[in-house]
Amino acid sequence: MGKILAFIQLDDGQPNRNALEALQGGQQLAADMGHQLIGVVFSASSPQQLQFKMDEIITVAAPELEHYSADTYVAAMAQIIAAEQPDLLIAGHTYQARDWLPRLAAQISRPLISDCIGFQKGAQITWVRQVFQGKVHADVTTGEGLAIVSFQAGAFRHDRLESGSPAIRSQEVDLSAVEVQVRAGEPFQDTKAAVDLSRAERIVAVGRGIGDEEKLALVRELAEALGAELGSSRPVVDYGWLSHDRQVGSSGQTVAAKLYLAVGISGAIQHQVGMKNCGCIVAINKDANAPIFEIADYGIVADLFEIVPRLTAAIKEHRSA
Amino acid sequence: MKICVLIKQVPDAGSVLRIRDDESWVEEDKLVFTANESDSYALEEALLLKEAHGGEVIACTLGPERSRQVLKDALSKGADRAIFLHDESFNNLDCNGLAKVFAKVLEKEHCDLILCGLQADDTGEAAVGPMLAQELHLPHVTMVVQTELLDGGLKVKQELEGGWFRQVETSLPALLTIQSGINKPRYASLRGIMAMKKKELRELSATDLGVPATELAPMQTLQRIYVPVKTKETVYLEGAPEEVVAQLVDKLANEAKVL
Repeated sequence: MGKILAFIQLDDGQPNRNALEALQGGQQLAADMGHQLIGVVFSASSPQQLQFKMDEIITVAAPELEHYSADTYVAAMAQIIAAEQPDLLIAGHTYQARDWLPRLAAQISRPLISDCIGFQKGAQITWVRQVFQGKVHADVTTGEGLAIVSFQAGAFRHDRLESGSPAIRSQEVDLSAVEVQVRAGEPFQDTKAAVDLSRAERIVAVGRGIGDEEKLALVRELAEALGAELGSSRPVVDYGWLSHDRQVGSSGQTVAAKLYLAVGISGAIQHQVGMKNCGCIVAINKDANAPIFEIADYGIVADLFEIVPRLTAAIKEHRSA
Repeated sequence: MKICVLIKQVPDAGSVLRIRDDESWVEEDKLVFTANESDSYALEEALLLKEAHGGEVIACTLGPERSRQVLKDALSKGADRAIFLHDESFNNLDCNGLAKVFAKVLEKEHCDLILCGLQADDTGEAAVGPMLAQELHLPHVTMVVQTELLDGGLKVKQELEGGWFRQVETSLPALLTIQSGINKPRYASLRGIMAMKKKELRELSATDLGVPATELAPMQTLQRIYVPVKTKETVYLEGAPEEVVAQLVDKLANEAKVL
């Protein structure tokens, strides 16, 4: 019987949501492949929340693992892999995973399929991942032996995890020889965000398609006409056209507005994770293949400069009627 | 301070992509190519560090003939020399293989710092940077949004999820993956473009590097690419701009009821 190791990232002792989503993917994979599913936590005890169907949970305790570092995580997982000989190591594609999984893959010389959104079963598993910022999907396979796979946030549903009471086994690792070359301080937030988009009922968000800082006025006027907050995707903030507290997405705010109007935003996954739960999503983009249309309720494939000023006028008219 | 920046040439973000008939990749003949966005920020950070502390900036890319352009652009912006890794056998490398090839070049360069963008906008693996650090046994920090040179080391600000950050210190040499927005990438000046023509742009093949093909055999295979099947029923509004706008206002007011 084959083995799947599911690394369950803990943040302040709590299972990371993306890690639990990946674990649900692991439950499906284990069922499809007839493999064992074994959770791995870098902690002396397994958190109580991990009452999910798994064959067992391996707890790995070492003082060197109390604070995250790529060096110790790679060394610890390499030892677990050597002991367990799994066919598959899965994890959530968290920022932390992006930091250490590639390093692990290079050290043990195994393939890494990163940021997968799903899989298809067959004679061998086909991994599905996004390329070109989500505009295109790719099917990827690996040869014999261990593959390391990370799953995108939202690829699977943590609320569909099958419950269970897995046995817990502790596994020793020796990290005394690991030289930690990178020393990290405590996480902090920059000055408290002046704009709280998470409470906004309506958001007009602007992306790279606006092309020019001066043109932002067009989108501001639309937002004002709608009584909406102004939001943006990452490039607009990177260019310095809007402050960081306007940014929606994985490195900015997560919003749940009733109306989200995306203007000139292509909708890469980093943006989508911050806004896909909005009630009504409208996308205006000249590229019909922009991934934002994947999740839009209403789509307008057109030059935003043709649409936005007219829409502002029409909204004003509607609201004064 | 000797800094190497890895730059990948990718299709421009606004490109309309057409998939090849054999589904192996996108048609490239009508695409406009450019330097990967976060790599451009990495290059700018290297140039800023050199301007502040002295030293040398080396730009390095791997790819087909067209990707020579990103090196010329980097030289025009102020990089001192460039290395072009170009060989037919490099076409099918996976991220492990790419890291091995870059390691082969960089182990001879003895750089103090290696910078790359956090991920390529085409393949999006975010893997080669940390893998290369492992191949070279160097410390690495991902998603860097600020750098500060210390005595014998480096202090950087690392982006975490959801608007959180942390300060990270590392010894040098080290590898950083750079997040977009860390600085304002410059444009090449006319003088820079003239100077570029006299700068060294060295091309290296697999034979020059002496990497055995067996070490580079890909461990993963791209089977096909395709336009994703839509899961959500998007209502497309079509017609002249005035009609589209009228339809949208009507839908928002009467169907979605959000006006």
